[in-house]
Amino acid sequence: MVDRGMGLAIDDLEEMAKRCRRNIVRMVHGVGAGHPGGSLSAIDMLTALYGHQLRVDPNNPKWDDRDRFIMSKGHASPGVYSILHERGFISEEDLGSYRTLGGTCQGHVDMKWCPGVDFSAGSLGMGLSFGIGCAIAATLDDSNRTAWVMLGDGELQEGQVWEAVMAAVHHEIGNLKVIVDRNRIQNDDFCDVQMRIFDVSEKFASFGWAVMEINGHDMQEIVDAIDWANQVKDSPACIVMHTIKGKGVSFMENNPKFHGAAPSDEEFELAMEELS
Amino acid sequence: MSAASTGGASRDGYGAALLEMIGDDNVVVLEADLGKSTKSCLFRNEKPSHTFSLGIAEQNMMLVAAGMATSGYVPFASTFAIFTERGFEQVRNGIARPNIVVHICGSHGGIHTGTDGSSAQSIEDLAIYRTLPNMTVIHPSDDISTKALTLSLRHHKYPSYMRTARNKVRRTYSEESAKQLEIGKGHVHRTGSDIAIIACGVMLNEAIDAAQILSKEGIEATVVDMHTIKPLDNNLINKMAIECGAIVTAEDHSIIGGLGGAVAECVVSMNPVPIERIGVQDRFGESGGSDELLQLLGMKAVDIVTAARRAIERK
Repeated sequence: MVDRGMGLAIDDLEEMAKRCRRNIVRMVHGVGAGHPGGSLSAIDMLTALYGHQLRVDPNNPKWDDRDRFIMSKGHASPGVYSILHERGFISEEDLGSYRTLGGTCQGHVDMKWCPGVDFSAGSLGMGLSFGIGCAIAATLDDSNRTAWVMLGDGELQEGQVWEAVMAAVHHEIGNLKVIVDRNRIQNDDFCDVQMRIFDVSEKFASFGWAVMEINGHDMQEIVDAIDWANQVKDSPACIVMHTIKGKGVSFMENNPKFHGAAPSDEEFELAMEELS
Repeated sequence: MSAASTGGASRDGYGAALLEMIGDDNVVVLEADLGKSTKSCLFRNEKPSHTFSLGIAEQNMMLVAAGMATSGYVPFASTFAIFTERGFEQVRNGIARPNIVVHICGSHGGIHTGTDGSSAQSIEDLAIYRTLPNMTVIHPSDDISTKALTLSLRHHKYPSYMRTARNKVRRTYSEESAKQLEIGKGHVHRTGSDIAIIACGVMLNEAIDAAQILSKEGIEATVVDMHTIKPLDNNLINKMAIECGAIVTAEDHSIIGGLGGAVAECVVSMNPVPIERIGVQDRFGESGGSDELLQLLGMKAVDIVTAARRAIERK
């Protein structure tokens, strides 16, 4: 029997998130490429998921009855790799392989390359559909395992997401939980410039989802929201978390440039100072 | 050569195979509204607990199937061939790339589908799926062979795309002869040493008819049902190139990239011989009866005969 999460207190989760932030910046700086902004906005939630919630086994990453975590915004891979390292799935050396030839840590999260990754993402809009498949299979198996899916807010512009949002309610999938990282920035610019998404909660609620909005950088709120989502059984549940892209590194915060750019050497030093 | 009996549509064979798998709780069927057309409805009627309607939303269906497959299920997901193409990138990135075993069936493929016209006539599906690493691509001829090949997908180790056709054709297989079918191995229906005709899908009958016409002229043809486009039976093709010295391909598909393209790629890299490709000549179809369209587009037995003469002259 594998326990839920790691049983960590809020303080411990916050410390773990800080270590992850440092590793995110290190990975991206190390290879001079990658996506720090959306990793830093998502990392508090990722930490809470792995530290507080998910029933997974680093010694048996393919354990049939594990909870599934599907990172649909697969470019935010440094965030995933940093937490998989904390959880014991991959080594520090693996983190150093990010975006390099033969590396465990491919540019976008890849289930063929990295233990603990449940879905090969990188093309936006697909993860929720995959999560539905995992959740339906759990029900067919009469298992209480749960599928957690993280979507970016820019990703909501993909039509497939809304096909899946509709299907999840039609099939009354209660073991499916979605987190929307509402950091308001996408590749080129702010979402409001590229394609306004308007009220995410209202949209999910109108399809029949249970929805909660939180501050995605308040660890207590995050943990409470995860516990709330667990209690929702008769419909899929969605946590819309308001976040700051690049959170924790002053010059990256709310800066579209750091959606997909590495810091310079000087910027790296400053970032590590801020995250110390 | 197997005796022909009355007609059968390949989509009926797909439905019959699914029905035969209802005792297997690992098999799940996914639909995008067209179950009555693809014939997955036969499974649904008997086993609704393992049938999932995803609505008119093919992209979502492809990845729901992938999620189920990684949890131990064997999904058969079907819609019209043309609408599978809407989910092509989902298949590419979410199924083929991680090599997740999902079986996709696209029915109503080719111009043979007829009166709906060009919007429904997928003539590029075999080509696009063939480009994906890990994918198996199958296009059977009649209902009996489709049933046999669909059943062999149950324990297949790779994701697959199978194209079926809407309309009935004369049967070329019996239950007995279909037992010899194997994914990745062409089935020889007739042997001759003057020309090899390699066909798939509804064009197999035209190829067999063409061989009979040629025989009356003293030209003996080998006819092969190349039901698996990928992995291609390179050994058989090479053998035919050596023994016959010229090849005609026949498919209800664009002559670009499908069976003709695959055979040509194989032949030029092994034993170059003249090849003539019968199929849709880089144009879209239009509304009409199946046979009318085959005539309009130069895809009847007589057209294969003419192509065979051309290929032989080029030896």
